[in-house]
Amino acid sequence: MKTRLMRIYIVILFLGIGALGLRAGTVNVCADCPVKTIKEGIRQAQAGDVVLIGSGLYAEGNIVVDKPLTLRGVNYPVIDGQLTEEAFTITADSVTIEGLKIQNSGHNQLKDLAAIRVQRTKGYIIRSNILLNSYFGIYLEYAGAGEVYGNTIIGQAVTEANAGNAIHAWYVQGVNISHNFLKGHRDGIYLEFVTHSFIHDNHSTGNVRYGLHYMFSNDDAYYCNTFDHNGAGVAVMFSKRIVMTDNYFEHNWGRASYGLLLKEITDADIARNAFVSNTVGIMLEGASRIRYQNNQFKSNGWAVQVTGGCEDNNFIANNFLSNALDLVINGRLNSNTFDGNYWSEYNGYDLDRDGRGDVPHRPVKLFSYIISQSPESIILLRSFFVDLLNFSEKVSPALTPDNVLDNMPLMEEAQWAVGSRR
Amino acid sequence: MLKIMKYTLSDLLRSRWGLIYLGFFLLLTLSLLWLSGDVSKVVISLMNVILILCPLIAVMFGVMYFYNSREFTELLLAQPIRRTDIFWGQYLGLALSLSLSLLLGIGLPFLLYGLLASSEVLNFFVLVSTGVFLSFIFSGLAFYIALRNDNRIRGFGLAILVWLFFAVIYDGVFLLSLMLLKEYPLEHYSIVAAMFNPIDLSRILILLKLDISALMGYTGAVFRKFLGTGLGSTLSFGVLVLWVLVPAWSIRRLALRKDF
Amino acid sequence: MIEIRNLHKSYGKLEVLQGIDLGFEQKGRIAAILGPNGSGKTTLIKSILGMVLPDKGEIRVDGQAIRQQWAYRERISYLPQIARFPENLSVRELIAMIKDLRGGHAEDELLIRLFGLEPHLHKRLGNLSGGTKQKVNIVLAFMYDCPTVILDEPTSGLDPVAMIHLRELLNEAREQGKTILLSTHIMSFVEEMADEVVFLLEGKIRFRGSLQTLKEQYQEENVERAIAHILQGKQAVEGNDGNSQTAGYKLQATSLKPQDSRSFTPHLLTPHN
Repeated sequence: MKTRLMRIYIVILFLGIGALGLRAGTVNVCADCPVKTIKEGIRQAQAGDVVLIGSGLYAEGNIVVDKPLTLRGVNYPVIDGQLTEEAFTITADSVTIEGLKIQNSGHNQLKDLAAIRVQRTKGYIIRSNILLNSYFGIYLEYAGAGEVYGNTIIGQAVTEANAGNAIHAWYVQGVNISHNFLKGHRDGIYLEFVTHSFIHDNHSTGNVRYGLHYMFSNDDAYYCNTFDHNGAGVAVMFSKRIVMTDNYFEHNWGRASYGLLLKEITDADIARNAFVSNTVGIMLEGASRIRYQNNQFKSNGWAVQVTGGCEDNNFIANNFLSNALDLVINGRLNSNTFDGNYWSEYNGYDLDRDGRGDVPHRPVKLFSYIISQSPESIILLRSFFVDLLNFSEKVSPALTPDNVLDNMPLMEEAQWAVGSRR
Repeated sequence: MLKIMKYTLSDLLRSRWGLIYLGFFLLLTLSLLWLSGDVSKVVISLMNVILILCPLIAVMFGVMYFYNSREFTELLLAQPIRRTDIFWGQYLGLALSLSLSLLLGIGLPFLLYGLLASSEVLNFFVLVSTGVFLSFIFSGLAFYIALRNDNRIRGFGLAILVWLFFAVIYDGVFLLSLMLLKEYPLEHYSIVAAMFNPIDLSRILILLKLDISALMGYTGAVFRKFLGTGLGSTLSFGVLVLWVLVPAWSIRRLALRKDF
Repeated sequence: MIEIRNLHKSYGKLEVLQGIDLGFEQKGRIAAILGPNGSGKTTLIKSILGMVLPDKGEIRVDGQAIRQQWAYRERISYLPQIARFPENLSVRELIAMIKDLRGGHAEDELLIRLFGLEPHLHKRLGNLSGGTKQKVNIVLAFMYDCPTVILDEPTSGLDPVAMIHLRELLNEAREQGKTILLSTHIMSFVEEMADEVVFLLEGKIRFRGSLQTLKEQYQEENVERAIAHILQGKQAVEGNDGNSQTAGYKLQATSLKPQDSRSFTPHLLTPHN
């Protein structure tokens, strides 16, 4: 996999150098220039030219970029779609759009209008733009390798139904989405049939549904991102071989709200992430053959919820700190392992001083079963009576699966080198 | 009233029991902080102790103090002082001495560990203020019980029963009712039911600081509104104040009617 | 000045006071309230102090009705029956506290010296002997100059020297024209100090009059025997002064009939708790 990733990098690098080499002419567009509209600028420009767009307001839409150009804004010129039209559609390879402020592009639920649409091309670079009040922000369809970097995309979504995604990718291979700030859309980033792509160093916050959403996408990686205050942090569904590392999931609250939702996925690797103050840290539904290592679960309602059809999930050297409930497992069959984690609730001892508790830890409590039966009983969380119930269940398990054990719980928190951001 | 309170307080602060109570909290908090670096874990452990122990000590100590100071109360009753002032003064003195022990017992170690300057100061504040509330509520209940019952054995028995009821039995019945009625919408019911138990209320106030993410997991509209906005804290706080006022007012009513 | 009119008090079914009419108008007199256990002495005293709330009837102190009042107690010195104080306070603190609570001028230094309490001033009240506590009790009662003095068992636990001082204090109070009520079971103390006797039995006044009248009425040499007569239900000799209130009385509790009244009476008159 590593060589494949390298190859994609090289391609991007090559394309970038190629674009620089081709930069011959410059077409200036501004209110006082001979060329007054962006469309006209594009028409006059040769392949490889730079169209410099001066500051000002351009009430233009449906701008088609059909040759390899660089559209560069000076002091963030404003392109206003007046809520009816798409601003840019890129149909040629090697197009760069940077430094533009695009606002009020069209809202249409049938046509899925976007501020910037990339159609069946590769080598695109969409960099450092500000997209305000778009329906979809950046829409990639049938695209090859390209880059979406450092954009700020802020929508005004209130409900899922009437909002598009900040960055939407559909049948895309090898895109690199990084350092973007995504807020107020349906999903921060939505990926469907996307492969060999990297999502990193983005901050996705306050989106109605998910901060990041994978559907039917394989062989991707996301790392060093922050997901907070979204309906749910990240949802990975019907996908395979996704690597998830060094991300930060915070404060994703709600009844169907998770830091990370894994649904029908296999062969993932989840490491060095932090899940802080989420209703559910990780929710597993039909998730199998996944390794969870060195993740930090702190102050979540439920750190990990496992529902039916989850097999071979192996939790190793994670820290479970002050969660209301560490683990809920629905279903009696369990082929998942939880050995060698740190549980702040563990109150065993370590007489032989090997750093491992001498008595196994039982992370599943009776009370979590009661809550699943009668959700309102959460109001009795941590009451003395509930503690008594949990204790008696611990002494002689009757309702909780007795094979869910950490046989060698850590006595001290697990330590690891942190990722680039946290 | 303030004079009586002052004397009751100075008497109690020097009593053996007051010192033991203070020492217990000092030792507990210090050892918890020393053994576990995780402050939120310490707060949770302290929460359990405060929710159970503060009511128990307040109600038992209150009944004991009332019976033991009975002759002295009679001496005061013969002085030109309002009856209400005597009993409210003693009640306030008792509740304040318990609160002070709690505040110092938990506050000093926290100060020592420099945690009051950290972000944990809010947790500390909520913890201590619920402890103070519980001390006031249950010493008020203790005075009420003792005023009603001249028989000491009966008084102590009732005091234990009141504690047991609020600390354990109530929650048991509460949980049972939730399980039995799970087919019905229970949000309003469970919030109202929690209001009728000061220990549950205090627990919810602390949970709103510690476990809000779990509480938000159940998001029927009512819970969400109650827990997610300031409404929950404000309402819980308001009802706790009521829980202080009602026994205090009943003490006055009883005191004005009682023969000594 | 104390006026009591038609005073009733019952605890459940037990009627402790059954229509007491009593007035202490004359100044400078010591009235002894006597009666066996459960006769209502302490209830009567506590009613005057507002500690017991009567079911019916009215009490006036210095012309003012006392129901739900408290300020009138400034004009009463009261010595309670059992001297128990907050154990952790010192004697000095207790005295300072009462002074603080009542305000005004107090003769505490003089009384402390009189009863020789100086060495005890810094001791905790919990560590004092019963007699010393009673001395503290007396200091607290007498340190204020009040027109009415009420003493419930003032002699208990006192040594002879303290007894002498107590008598001095009482005589002084009488000379100052105060109204003084006391309950005691020491008959010699009554004979020596009291100007008149109020005898209570089963919630009613059985006798009210001077010591002289009491003795004459029952033709006895001393108070103790006269009282034994009352208890045994003997009719009073007719034709005495109108102060007597014993007419028409028949003893109902037969268990109160002893063989030997001498050994019997003191027992009956032990303080009622």
